Amino acid sequence: MQLTDLTMLELARKLASGEVSSVEATRASLERIAQVDPQVRAFLRVDAEGALAAAEASDRRRKAGTPASVLDGVPVGLKDLFLTEGVETTAGSRVLEGFVPPFDATVVRLLKEAGLPLVGKLNLDEFAMGSSNESSAYFPTRNPWDLTRTPGGSSGGSAAAVAAREVFAALGTDTGGSIRQPAAFTNTVGLKPTYGRVSRYGVIAYASSLDQPGPMTRTVADAAALLQVLARHDPLDSTSASVETPDFSAALEEGVKGLRLGVPREYFAQGMDEEVEASIRAALREYERMGATLVDVSLPHTQYALATYYLIAPAEASSNLARYDGVRYGQRAKDARGLKELYALTRERGFGPEVKRRIMLGTYALSAGYYDAYYLRAQKVRTLIREDFLRVFRDVDALLTPASPVAAFKLGEKVEDPLSMYLMDVYTLPCNLAGVPGLSVPCGFTKAGLPVGLQLLGRPFEEALLLRIARAFEREHEHFRRLAPLPAQGA
Amino acid sequence: MALTLEQVRHVASLARLALTPEEEQRFATQLSAVLDAVARLQSLDVETVEPTSHATLAASLLRPDVARPSLPPEKSLANAPAKVGTSFAVPKIIE
Repeated sequence: MQLTDLTMLELARKLASGEVSSVEATRASLERIAQVDPQVRAFLRVDAEGALAAAEASDRRRKAGTPASVLDGVPVGLKDLFLTEGVETTAGSRVLEGFVPPFDATVVRLLKEAGLPLVGKLNLDEFAMGSSNESSAYFPTRNPWDLTRTPGGSSGGSAAAVAAREVFAALGTDTGGSIRQPAAFTNTVGLKPTYGRVSRYGVIAYASSLDQPGPMTRTVADAAALLQVLARHDPLDSTSASVETPDFSAALEEGVKGLRLGVPREYFAQGMDEEVEASIRAALREYERMGATLVDVSLPHTQYALATYYLIAPAEASSNLARYDGVRYGQRAKDARGLKELYALTRERGFGPEVKRRIMLGTYALSAGYYDAYYLRAQKVRTLIREDFLRVFRDVDALLTPASPVAAFKLGEKVEDPLSMYLMDVYTLPCNLAGVPGLSVPCGFTKAGLPVGLQLLGRPFEEALLLRIARAFEREHEHFRRLAPLPAQGA
Repeated sequence: MALTLEQVRHVASLARLALTPEEEQRFATQLSAVLDAVARLQSLDVETVEPTSHATLAASLLRPDVARPSLPPEKSLANAPAKVGTSFAVPKIIE
């Protein structure tokens, strides 16, 4: 067994007992990256020097008996959407190539204060727009379970790095499923907290009313422990919720006996892969066996979620991405004549096709004469979608659904057809529109050995209950013990 | 609904994107397909429904209006593609 095969909390216990030092763990992580990342390509850049310096500081704290947190010394990775002072941050885009942020995102500051060495920046779909990592301007990340397949997106680099044991955990962001879908594709745990639970300050914005950072880990307990570091009211984010932060780990082992779990019939519609459905249905039976009551429920506006999302998210994106104009940071078209051409050429050269497509769609939906018919109408339907959730949550404690209609698909399979790619998010994006928390937990494998993810959706600010429900299933199967076969032979 | 090339050029101009002729063609086709897919929202009666802008935001949060240090000019300008003194430099705006 290699050091990097440990889960995050297993490592934390060894750090606490002095059996392993943070420098050893961080070196093991860096060596693992050197060994497998040429195949996986999860990292856009590795900050070995910064990570080792943080690890040395952590070891000094541990020796002095003053650890900064239970996770002090655990090396983790960051999706390259989080601003890191002094370390290049690109959002997977050419337009930000060479951009070195002058400050840290709030969650980056929190990780540093808790003593976690930050090993590097992980690949993503450009500006988090995509479901396969193929819209990264740099290169596609590959799925550690099958290098010819996508790890999902947009937090595909984060999911792949965790599944490949290059880091002990990573941060992702989730706007329409970008934490949960890649978690499902890689046999990892991905938690999208309630909107407002985790600060968005210093997280490069895609769609501000939907974006939410969250943990990506090997186990449920690891996700709870990492969320504990991240969840905090932040005066620098005006949408950060001013709520108490509970102990997310306290009730993890309490099981599901007596809980009412809803199974929304709209999430078992046509288009789902048979093996994925069989795996999810087996998990549902398992929950019944463990003492939960399954309740057939309906979220009747689910069929409108995809259309609603693909109006609201691009509209917000078109506004958020107006800032990339070549004036204050990032790339600039140096040959432009006049300011307007400077904007237009900088943006034309700096953005990839998916980003341009969404900017165009959003600009259209917000433009004079179309605003009421598209954007305003979508915001109203969003209300109906949210009300669906709040209504069923009066009767059930959480919902169980597939995280994705399919297992990881082949790289290149959907790049030519944007609509078929958008359909990949059909089970994950209602959660963002409603602002509720969602989690994907390893559910099993297809015959071809591809991971399947079970999605849990819960009431606002009830992440602790979701984690407990996920842990009940994890304890039965421990799918996380099955490790992606890397380095792959002959690849 | 089908977007015309004329409409694509208008939207590109609003979005400050200097699209190539090939991109204009491609986006006309692809955006038309997406607009067809989102047209299903038109069938819902939302006359009396309030729009949602932020899902969990009950009310605007306020914090004390306390002055705190902001980024020093050299840090703010560190990523500038072009600068003059403590200012960002851009091409001439007025001909």
